[in-house]
Amino acid sequence: MNPSGQIKTLKINGREMSATGDQTILDVARENGVEIPTLCHLDGLNPIGSCRLCLVEIKGARRLLPACTTGITEGMEIATETETLSKYRKMVLEMLFSERNHVCAVCVSNGNCDLQQLAADHDVTHVQFPYLYPHATVDASHDWFAMDHNRCILCQRCVRVCDEIEGAHTWDVSGRGVESRVITDLNQPWGDSDSCTSCGKCVQVCPTGALSNKGKSVSEMSKRREFLPYLAQRRKDHQ
Amino acid sequence: MTREELEKLAETEHESQKAFPHSIHVCVAAGCVSSQSDKVRAAFDKEVAERGLKEKCKVRGVGCMGLCMAGPLVAVDGNTTMYQQVTVPDVGEVLDQLGKTPVKRLVCDSTTPFFARQKRIVLENSGLIDSEKIEEYIAALGYKALMEALTSMRPEEVIKEVTISGLRGRGGGGYPTGLKWSTVAKAHNGKQKYVICNADEGDPGAFMDRSVLESDPHRVIEGMAIAGYAVGAPKGYIYVRAEYPLAVKRLQTAIRQAERHGLLGNNILGTPFNFSIDIRLGAGAFVCGEETALIASVEGKRGQPRPRPPFPAEVGLWGGPTLINNVETFSSIAPIIRNGGAWYAGIGTAESKGTKVFALAGRVQNTGLIEVPMGISLREIIFDIGGGIPDGKKFKAVQTGGPSGGCIPEQFLDMPVDYESLAKVGSIMGSGGMIVMDETSCMVDVAKYFMEFCMTESCGKCVPCRVGTVQMHGLLEKITNGTANNSDLAMLEDLCDMVRNTSLCGLGMTAPNPVLSTLRYFKDEYIAHINDKCCPAGVCKIGKENLSHA
Amino acid sequence: MKISKLPLPSQDKRWKIIDARMRKYGYQSDALIEVLHVVQESFGYLDETSMKFTAAALHLPLSKVYGVATFYSFFNLKPQGEHTCVICTGTACYIKGAPLILEAVQKAAGGVKVGNTTPDGKVSVVTARCFGSCGLAPAIVLDGEVKAKADPAETAEIIKTWMTK
Repeated sequence: MNPSGQIKTLKINGREMSATGDQTILDVARENGVEIPTLCHLDGLNPIGSCRLCLVEIKGARRLLPACTTGITEGMEIATETETLSKYRKMVLEMLFSERNHVCAVCVSNGNCDLQQLAADHDVTHVQFPYLYPHATVDASHDWFAMDHNRCILCQRCVRVCDEIEGAHTWDVSGRGVESRVITDLNQPWGDSDSCTSCGKCVQVCPTGALSNKGKSVSEMSKRREFLPYLAQRRKDHQ
Repeated sequence: MTREELEKLAETEHESQKAFPHSIHVCVAAGCVSSQSDKVRAAFDKEVAERGLKEKCKVRGVGCMGLCMAGPLVAVDGNTTMYQQVTVPDVGEVLDQLGKTPVKRLVCDSTTPFFARQKRIVLENSGLIDSEKIEEYIAALGYKALMEALTSMRPEEVIKEVTISGLRGRGGGGYPTGLKWSTVAKAHNGKQKYVICNADEGDPGAFMDRSVLESDPHRVIEGMAIAGYAVGAPKGYIYVRAEYPLAVKRLQTAIRQAERHGLLGNNILGTPFNFSIDIRLGAGAFVCGEETALIASVEGKRGQPRPRPPFPAEVGLWGGPTLINNVETFSSIAPIIRNGGAWYAGIGTAESKGTKVFALAGRVQNTGLIEVPMGISLREIIFDIGGGIPDGKKFKAVQTGGPSGGCIPEQFLDMPVDYESLAKVGSIMGSGGMIVMDETSCMVDVAKYFMEFCMTESCGKCVPCRVGTVQMHGLLEKITNGTANNSDLAMLEDLCDMVRNTSLCGLGMTAPNPVLSTLRYFKDEYIAHINDKCCPAGVCKIGKENLSHA
Repeated sequence: MKISKLPLPSQDKRWKIIDARMRKYGYQSDALIEVLHVVQESFGYLDETSMKFTAAALHLPLSKVYGVATFYSFFNLKPQGEHTCVICTGTACYIKGAPLILEAVQKAAGGVKVGNTTPDGKVSVVTARCFGSCGLAPAIVLDGEVKAKADPAETAEIIKTWMTK
């Protein structure tokens, strides 16, 4: 008997659902129309469970667990909408806004931004935490793309897509904690990178206006992500 | 090496040791070395040779004897006489008095509670053998447990003894060791299994592991080999932090010696069991003490943890089932196998068996390393063994568990030291760091200190820890600066709750603990800083005077 | 086992030591941290040349090497001073007055910021989170040697002599 093909039953928000053994809580939820907010997760990339927005309550578990990385077990009982979860989600979003310098009014992704959308979805009306106002730079050395570190939320989607799908691994993270910055090669200007293939995948997967196409003005950047699960499947078929 | 050869080696070593009527043991673990004990040892070697005493007096560099603040420590003729703060000029006099009345001014009373109240299991060889000579370890029952396990026990029987012993993870988690071994033993996913010894010891204020590695490295090797046999892993790694160069050196020597004697490598002790150990260096990241971050580091990556489940016991190093245990945990294995799990379970309390090594430091008379049975009271540790608070000051709190732990106030001095009791008062056992504080410490400042530590050590992967620790630190700074108000305190408490419950790994989850514990017992100090704009302990720059009426 | 046919960056003998260490680990990518350690031991810090060489020899992307080099506090990407003073800021040392020593040392070194080197390249002042000498707090390391029960005034004197040598 193939364990990943085995059918399991579980409950999400009181509703009975069935799933195959290799699915995550997020997979099952989405299949059944249950919305769980995510930010670092993107269909086609390996999940890392870092944004903590998709945390859910599981009966009998000591801790909240991320839906994007947690596999399902038989008889699991999951709650995705509670007062506590809602409070924590708001706090995560507020923390992100306080961490860097997010100014929607002058951003290319205004109106087409995952972070902005989530804030709206979760009634984030103001940020209770003091803004950190870090010194963050803009790298416009590449011919076609721009990187604005003031808008980066360290979701690592760019790192993952460049490593897992394109294969070049041009992007990685340097430093630790709030000092972390995504960098190209040996922290050189992006335009000087020898490994970058200019495929633009990182720009498309970036949830905010951190990575954008040059020549776009405020609110003009919109991103297309459908290519990702398609490519992921193509690569899997090759193996 | 065969059983007979091992026993013969032990016997030969015993005989050769007995031939010396006198012995001089000089501690050459890092603590005493920083007080120039290596020069003292060299001086003894030279003087003994010059006096023609080489056949009569054996000079040894040994491991930690515990009372670090009195170093360099020198023990003469077993432990009949112990000398403290021995310098090179004292060497002549010590040799003059060999076998006669001791040199009074140098004598360190070894009958004090510091020495008498300890129960040394993990430290049973520390200070008694030369850590760079495998023969001395073998003479002290070394590798007997490994032989026992490999030749007359099945892996399940080894795990059974460890389970019966009640040993719990000594790195701080307190997870039942037998259960962990059992999980790894049962895990099968087609990938090779590994045993990893976590010697990262990142808690500031903790130096138990360093001591064991420098004083008795073979002990750790033996424990790991027994574990490898029990869980089915042919390869082990010791992940040592780079800040411990002496420990790394001694481990390298020990591993080489073990390999040469056929106690590591292929067909150990003539059995089909293969086990080899390599050292991997840390590079200054506290988060790498966390299991999944440690694994990432061994794999040559940034030390970022990953979500669990799956746990390393099932999917660990390079995807294989991996057993990770702390230095102290592995150091307890050989005696458990030799004496049986029931013997170990006879020490300690119902839920916390055995002994624990503590690094006693801070504002206490006797700072150094001690090993005591679980269940001993804090009062006995601090006032009897530790000698109480110096300079006529008053006890204020004792901090256990490092940046993941809490501060325990006076009212709990009579509580037993065990996993559950410490958790009940809002702290944790942790790895063993025990910092004593007196009235000159400001508890808000202490909380801020630990938060700063977590903030700079945060790997940065998850939002709550990365940003939350910065925000909490900012609020603590406001409080210690006298610019905070009550809503800041409320925000701090809110953040503590959220960061604790949403962080990805133990670092973030426990970062709020020092704040929570000081809020629980020393809230008046927070209130004084916020409402009265003063620091009762006189530490913070806002001064001791109550300025709220100004 | 991969064998590297990479030419060494220069005739400097230290590259041979580094290559030997890489060879010991079979030029495997997971030996990155061990290799960076030997590079730093040899040259005192990690520069662009050594990181590029390491990346090529171990078949690693440049950004990965940079990411690892900057994650761990032990690695320096800037050359160190002639003399280094490391002040332990672990809990026991903190309680026993490490901040006072740090202040005295910084003053004696012309106000240099922690983690930096004086402009004349003579003295580097860094902090460390505990090297395990807690029983002898406060502890500092002067040019690789641990000094127990350090005193602010005494230490400042040593720094002053370093500055003038």
